[in-house]
Amino acid sequence: MKQRGWWVLLGFLMQLQVLLHAQVIGPEAAAMAQDPVVEARLVVLSQELRCLVCQNESLASSHAELADDLRREVRSLIREGKSDQEVKDFLVARYGDFVLYRPEVKPLTWVLWFGPFVLMLLALVFLGRYLQARRAQVKPQALSDEDRARAEQWLKG
Amino acid sequence: MKKFLIPLALFLGLVIFLAIGLNRNPREIPSPLINKPAPAFSLHTLEGDAMFSPADMRGKVWIFNVWATWCVACREEHPVLVAFANKHAVPIVGLSYKEIQPQDEAAKLGPDAKLQVARERSWVWLKRHGNPYINSVMDLDGRVGIDYGVYGVPETYVIDKEGVIRFKHVGAVTPALLAEKILPLIDTLDKS
Repeated sequence: MKQRGWWVLLGFLMQLQVLLHAQVIGPEAAAMAQDPVVEARLVVLSQELRCLVCQNESLASSHAELADDLRREVRSLIREGKSDQEVKDFLVARYGDFVLYRPEVKPLTWVLWFGPFVLMLLALVFLGRYLQARRAQVKPQALSDEDRARAEQWLKG
Repeated sequence: MKKFLIPLALFLGLVIFLAIGLNRNPREIPSPLINKPAPAFSLHTLEGDAMFSPADMRGKVWIFNVWATWCVACREEHPVLVAFANKHAVPIVGLSYKEIQPQDEAAKLGPDAKLQVARERSWVWLKRHGNPYINSVMDLDGRVGIDYGVYGVPETYVIDKEGVIRFKHVGAVTPALLAEKILPLIDTLDKS
């Protein structure tokens, strides 16, 4: 009985998978079949690009309509023989650096790229100075005879 | 100096940064198109066979407003634009952005029939809510929208006499925005 339950579950999961796949297969799959090379490049590129409507999703994973349109646009740019950099430049010219998950390193984005390291360096400097100051403050003192006797008494319990 | 003030100052600094950061609208992405020439296009207009292109507006300061009948925020914005158009002589050109959505029945039609349906819908909508536009153009596939960096309708641009984009706003235009930002900008652009 118990084993049969597992089989039912497995069957259900397999059906679910078929269903999910059926949903994914749409215009994208048709395009994929048409030109797998273009689609492969589209997938890699669109993972680097941000969807502007749902800002925490990449262009690859977004179901927003604008994302569809932009994928279509990127697809046609790839077909025209544009390089990855040219495709990115095309989108940056229209939507700004925000579309790139890894913005270019330029004066405007220096704070973004190097800020964290600068902060960490500052923190390390402060930590070093603090530890030094503390070491100077707390000098180990030799035990006096009186202290020693008291400690021995405590240790004996 | 009192030492306990240091963490307090750091905390206050953090509060100020968070207050600024959290009060910013994350949907407002600075457009790279500001101070760049408005992308050229040639599109069908709402009525007639004439095509419209931004070059037709050379020598005028004008407002370019992206809208659609399916766009909820546009309904909120529209009366503001109508009131503005009645009061001021600044030309507003409307861009009907992707009037026919992919899930729409009409999306299956051919290009000519699609254009017809989109024109009818826009026409009816403008008849009902008022028409602030001196001209309306039909961007059915959203290509021109992409060239203008449209990502959330409604969007509004101010374009100067030389055809350079001077201002962009994403979301509904408010009377305050018109009075405090857009009108003064148009005034200075008009004089130059």
